[in-house]
Amino acid sequence: MTATDNLTRTRRTIDAVWRMESAKVVAVLARMLSGDIGLAEELAQDALVTALEQWPDKGIPDNPGAWLMATAKHRAIDRLRHGKLAEEKHAEIARELDEQQEARVDDMLAALDDDIGDDLLRLMFTACHPVLSPEARVALTLRLLGGLTTDEIARAFLVPEPTIAQRIVRAKRTLAEANVVFELPRGEDRAARLVSVLDVIYLVFNEGYSATSGEDWMRPALCDEALRLGRILAELAPFDAEVHGLVALMEIQASRLHARTDKGGAPILLLEQNRAHWDWLLVERGLKALARAEKLGGDRGTYQLQAAIAACHARARRAEDTDWVRIAALYAELAQTAPSPIVDLNGAVAIAMAFGAQAGLDLIDRLVEEPALRNYHFLPAVRGDLLEKLGRFDEARAEFERASALTRNAREQRLMRERAEKCGPLATRVH
Amino acid sequence: MKYFSIYIPDPKTNPARPPTGAQKEEMDRFVGAAIARGEFLSGGGFLPLRQHGAIVRRTDGVAQVIDGPYAESKELVGGFAMLQYDSREAAIEGARRFMDVAGDGECITYCIAEGGDPEHGC
Amino acid sequence: MRFAVLVRATQQSEAGVMPSEKLLADMGRFNEELVKAGIMLAGEGLQPSSKGARVRFKNASRSVIDGPFAETKELIAGFWIWQVKSLEEAIEWVKRCPNPFDGIESEIEIRQIFEAEDFGAEFTPELREQEERLRAQIDQRKPN
Repeated sequence: MTATDNLTRTRRTIDAVWRMESAKVVAVLARMLSGDIGLAEELAQDALVTALEQWPDKGIPDNPGAWLMATAKHRAIDRLRHGKLAEEKHAEIARELDEQQEARVDDMLAALDDDIGDDLLRLMFTACHPVLSPEARVALTLRLLGGLTTDEIARAFLVPEPTIAQRIVRAKRTLAEANVVFELPRGEDRAARLVSVLDVIYLVFNEGYSATSGEDWMRPALCDEALRLGRILAELAPFDAEVHGLVALMEIQASRLHARTDKGGAPILLLEQNRAHWDWLLVERGLKALARAEKLGGDRGTYQLQAAIAACHARARRAEDTDWVRIAALYAELAQTAPSPIVDLNGAVAIAMAFGAQAGLDLIDRLVEEPALRNYHFLPAVRGDLLEKLGRFDEARAEFERASALTRNAREQRLMRERAEKCGPLATRVH
Repeated sequence: MKYFSIYIPDPKTNPARPPTGAQKEEMDRFVGAAIARGEFLSGGGFLPLRQHGAIVRRTDGVAQVIDGPYAESKELVGGFAMLQYDSREAAIEGARRFMDVAGDGECITYCIAEGGDPEHGC
Repeated sequence: MRFAVLVRATQQSEAGVMPSEKLLADMGRFNEELVKAGIMLAGEGLQPSSKGARVRFKNASRSVIDGPFAETKELIAGFWIWQVKSLEEAIEWVKRCPNPFDGIESEIEIRQIFEAEDFGAEFTPELREQEERLRAQIDQRKPN
C-alpha cells in the first residue's frame, strides 16, 4: 500500500472507531461531569482530535476504543481537578481527586466501566428530553448517539448545515438551563420518556423510508441508523415491550425497502409488491423481535400493534395468503389504544378483505363525514373500490373522480381516472 | 435443516460481470420460487475482495489485515445464501438448479450447527 | 453496508474438534457485544464440510464432490452477516474477535454484499461516489 492509501485507511479507521465508541465515551463523561452534555461532547471530540493527530504517525493502538475512552476520561479528570466547573459538588470531587494516587484514579476509572449500559441509556433519555423540540431531539440523538457529523445530519434532513449546528448548540443550552439531570427516569415517568425516545427513532426511520432513489445516500441510510439505535436500545431496555415492538416494526418495514418502488421510482402498493424482493432476513428478525415483545406480556402498545399488523403481511409469502381476519382484529385493538380516523379507515379495508365488501362499506360510510379525512384521497378511493365490487358502478365512478380531484400525485390521479372510466356507461364498461 | 452455501463462479467459463436485464429477471424468478417454497432465507452477491473486502489474520494474539496479493480464486465475485432443506440430497439438487441459472462454478454447502451442537442436524 | 464475515476452516474444525469452554465463553461474549452494538444481522457456526455438500459445474459436467476435502483453506467454519457503515468498521470488529481456534493461526475473510440498488446501471460509480463522500466527511473532522 502506498503512503496515501495508508493515511486514507487510518482516517477511515478512526472514523469507524468513533462510530463504534463515541456514544459510550460521551455517556460516561456526561456522568463524570454531572450531566454536562456539552462539556462531555467537547472533551470526547478533544480525544478524537488527538487520535487524528497521533495515529497517522504512531500507528493505530491495539485497542483503539479503550485508548479513546481512557484519553477522554483523563481530560475529564483534568477539568474536574482544575475546578473549571464552579459548582460545589464538582469542587468536592476535584478535592478528592487531588488527594488520590494515580493508581486509585485508575481504579475509579475502571469502576465507571461497569455502568456503561446505564450511562448510554441515560444519554438516550437526555437527548430525547421533552423540554427539547422534536427537531432538536432528532439532531442531538443523531449527533451524540449516532456519532453522525453535522454535515451528515444536514444532508439527511435536507437543511443547511449551520441550521443543524445551531439546533444542536441551542439544544445543549436548553438542557443546561432547564437543569435536566443526567439520570434514568423511573415509574410512570419512564414510560412517557421512553415513548419520546421511540418516537425520535421512528421519526428518523420514516425520514429515511420516505427518501427516493437519486437523493443523497445519507437519506436512505437513516433507516439503517434508526434500526441500529433501536437494536441498541432493545439490549439496554430489554424488558420494555414497546422497544421490541418498534424494532420489529422497523425491521419488517425495512424488509420492503427495495420492493416498494418500480424502476421509474413510483410507489408500488404492498399487495402488489414482488415478495422475492423482500429482505426475508429482516422479516425473520422482525418476527423474532415481535415474539420478544409478546413474551413480555402486558398491554400491547401502538408500536407493538403496528408491528403485529406488519407481521401479518410479512408472514404471507404471497399476497393471497394474508391473514386479514387477524389484521382486522389488530386494527380494532389499535383503535382502542390510539384511536384515529386513519386507523378506522385502515381497519375498514381489512374488514372488507376479511369479511367482504359490504362489511367494509358499512364502516367506511360512517367515516365519510369525518373532518380529518375530508381531503384524504384514500377514503373515496377505498369507497369507490368497495362500491365497484358490489356492482354499484355509478356511485363507484363518482368516488374515483372525487379521489382523483383530491390527490396531487400525478400517478395516483391517472390511476383513479382509469378506475372511474372502468365504471363508466355500460357500453364502455370492461370487467 | 438450515444450510449456508457459498458460490464461486468459474473464472474461465463464467467470469464476473454485472448481470444483464434478462439474467436478473431469471435469477429473480428462481429466487422468488425458492422463497415461496420456504427454501431461501437470505443471500446475496459478493463485491470483489480487492476493493471491497479484507482478510484478517490472527497470529499469537495479534490481528492484522493481510494486504494481498489475494489468490486468483478469491478475486471472484460469487455470493452466498442461507437456505432451508429437508435433506442433503435436496440441498445438492438446490445447488444444481441454482447453477443452471448462475452458470459454471462451485457451490459449497454447509450444514449449520444448530444450537452449537455439531452432532445436531446433519 | 452489509458484510459477510467468514471464518476460514482449519484442520481442527474440519475434524470436528469441539471448541474449549473458554473459547465458547469468549465467543459468546463477543457475539453479545455485536448484538449490543446493533450491527449483528446473523451468525452461525458451521459443521465440518463432510456433513455438507460440494457441487461443481464445469462446461457440461456436473459433479458432486464428496468430502473430506484436501484444500481446507477454501473452506469456512462459521459466518456472520453484519450491518456497518464501512469496511474499516467491519475490520475493527473482526480485530476484536477472539481467536476462533484454540492456539493456532486463524483467518477471517470480510466480503461486502451487493445491495439491491447496486443492480442499477453500474455499481462501481455509486460506490466510488460513496467513498468520495466518506473521504470528504473525514476531512471535516480536522481540527479547526
